[in-house]
Amino acid sequence: MGILEVKDVGKRFGGLKALSDVTLSVAENSCHAIIGPNGAGKSTLLNCLVGKLIPDTGSVMFQGQSVLGRSPHEINQMGISRVFQTPEIFGDLTVFENMMIPLFAKRDGAYRLHAIETVMNEKSLIEEAEKMLDEVNMLDKRHMHSASMSRGDKRRLEMAMCLVQSPRLLLLDEPTAGMARADTNNTIDLLKQIKDERDITIAIIEHDMHVVFSLADRITVLAQGTPLVEDAPENIKGHPKVQEAYLGEAH
Amino acid sequence: MFGLDKKDSTLLLIVALLTMLAPFILNPFPTDSGLAQFNAGYPDLMQRFVIFGIFAIGFNILFGLTGYLSFGHAAFLGVGSYSAVWMFKLLSMNILPAILLSVVIAGLFALVIGFVSLRRTGIYFSILTLAFAQMSFALAYSVLTPLTNGETGLQLTLDDPRILGASATADGSIPVTNLFGLEMRAATDMVVGPWSFTFSVGYYVCAVVMLISFYLAIRIFRSPFGMMLRAIKSNQQRLNYTGLNPKPYTLAAFVISGMYAGLAGGLMAAMDPLAGAERMQWTASGEVVLMTILGGAGTLIGPVLGAGAIKYMENIFSKINDNVLHGWFAFLPDGIEDFVVFVIHPFVGKGWHLTLGIIFMLVVTFLPGGLVEGGQRIARFFNRKKADDPKSASTEPAE
Repeated sequence: MGILEVKDVGKRFGGLKALSDVTLSVAENSCHAIIGPNGAGKSTLLNCLVGKLIPDTGSVMFQGQSVLGRSPHEINQMGISRVFQTPEIFGDLTVFENMMIPLFAKRDGAYRLHAIETVMNEKSLIEEAEKMLDEVNMLDKRHMHSASMSRGDKRRLEMAMCLVQSPRLLLLDEPTAGMARADTNNTIDLLKQIKDERDITIAIIEHDMHVVFSLADRITVLAQGTPLVEDAPENIKGHPKVQEAYLGEAH
Repeated sequence: MFGLDKKDSTLLLIVALLTMLAPFILNPFPTDSGLAQFNAGYPDLMQRFVIFGIFAIGFNILFGLTGYLSFGHAAFLGVGSYSAVWMFKLLSMNILPAILLSVVIAGLFALVIGFVSLRRTGIYFSILTLAFAQMSFALAYSVLTPLTNGETGLQLTLDDPRILGASATADGSIPVTNLFGLEMRAATDMVVGPWSFTFSVGYYVCAVVMLISFYLAIRIFRSPFGMMLRAIKSNQQRLNYTGLNPKPYTLAAFVISGMYAGLAGGLMAAMDPLAGAERMQWTASGEVVLMTILGGAGTLIGPVLGAGAIKYMENIFSKINDNVLHGWFAFLPDGIEDFVVFVIHPFVGKGWHLTLGIIFMLVVTFLPGGLVEGGQRIARFFNRKKADDPKSASTEPAE
């Protein structure tokens, strides 16, 4: 029994069958990659996991509880954090404030109207935020306006914001999309480090085979909305079905 | 000080000093000089400065922090005024219960309107609030006449019950509003040479309430709640995926700003116990938007500055009529004098709106951060000049 169990999930958009009969199981503390050509339904599947979309059929269970019908903030409170394709951070806030918000969410739940307290008096949370910033080498940027940072820094900040909540499951949506080779390798190193040092399950949606094969313990190949094969990386590489699905694509 | 850091304490202190010394600061010209008409230090106007300051501070908590642009905040101001006048009619002329009731009723009203309007964001939210406010205005004018006295406006009469006070004074007139006996209308004049300064109880009551409101606003800005509100403005999607529900936050901000508006409305009625439906009209809602943007949305002091600037223009700038202009330009030859007056005429007096519009356009285009940004730029300019100046640098002690 995996930490995340997706069973027979189907989703239609009008006449388009985006997902049908998707079943997959993500084992605890593994790194599970979902790959597939463009339009295979990877992002739709991810959106079904985080509450942005509700699948028409099937079930999604996280640690034995259904996530269907819950809103994104409730799903996050269950222990699932999501990193977006383009970094989603609070651009108008400083790096430090960006770190404080997930910490407040973790401590106080979905909302608490602490209108008279002062942020600067939350000593233990500030300490935690600084520790996390130190871990991702951003402590010197703590007073920076986060919108003015480079894309790589934004990505690191976003990951740090997710990690500081110590989620059980980290969902990554093409974390290296549009990145240069060097940045991609840095991200891979960062993710490897996260995987090794933390008690965390990672599910990653990725286009770049290099990233997938350096990280994943298990790979599901999605094509036209259905899982083609699910296997260990070494078996995926030469799989005829995968070759077929990716015909013409680099791998 | 009071749980604020050094910078905020300084700001609060400066605002406190300015409001307390306002009767001096706003009356810089001797009473019988030609410039006396620019003196803004009379109680009625000073009260309006601070009351609209409160209104704008509250509006800024919603608009400046969360970015939700409400076009219906005057409704809460109006509701506050009506509640206060009813309190004067039924309970007593003490302003304290009246103001408390205004805040509570405006808060409840904001809860209902906010609950519905906040289901939408952006322009749809603005339109919903505008619709609600116009609806309130229309209702106050027509079907709610028993409550609002329709077109005439709600006024005090000699046969109001006033169960904790007197229906009429000994000499048969309507009693005046007071704070435990301290009459709001009471004022003393201080004459220093050619200058004259007026100190009114009403103004100081409003000023103290404004300072308390300002202090609370600073606390809200610096609180985790304030940070969440700014996060909502910045990226609601990320907030959702960070495990936070933005709805309770926006609703709380809406109710708080509605309560501020109610407080302003209550104070207005406390200074002059009547309430009319026109206080709820959309132009009044638009005015507070102008004040906030002109001063600097999202800044602490901006809304107060904006409120002051607009009220000053409305009351003082509008007094410059052709006679005054002719007086100013009398030194010019006749034809040129007439021409100059002709050119300036549309911008002053009744045309003050035109000047306000131009200033507003200039501020929005060149100073998106409002007057506050203007001030910051000037400060930065002088700081840089100082830093570049080797003379001033050499006077600094070496470390």
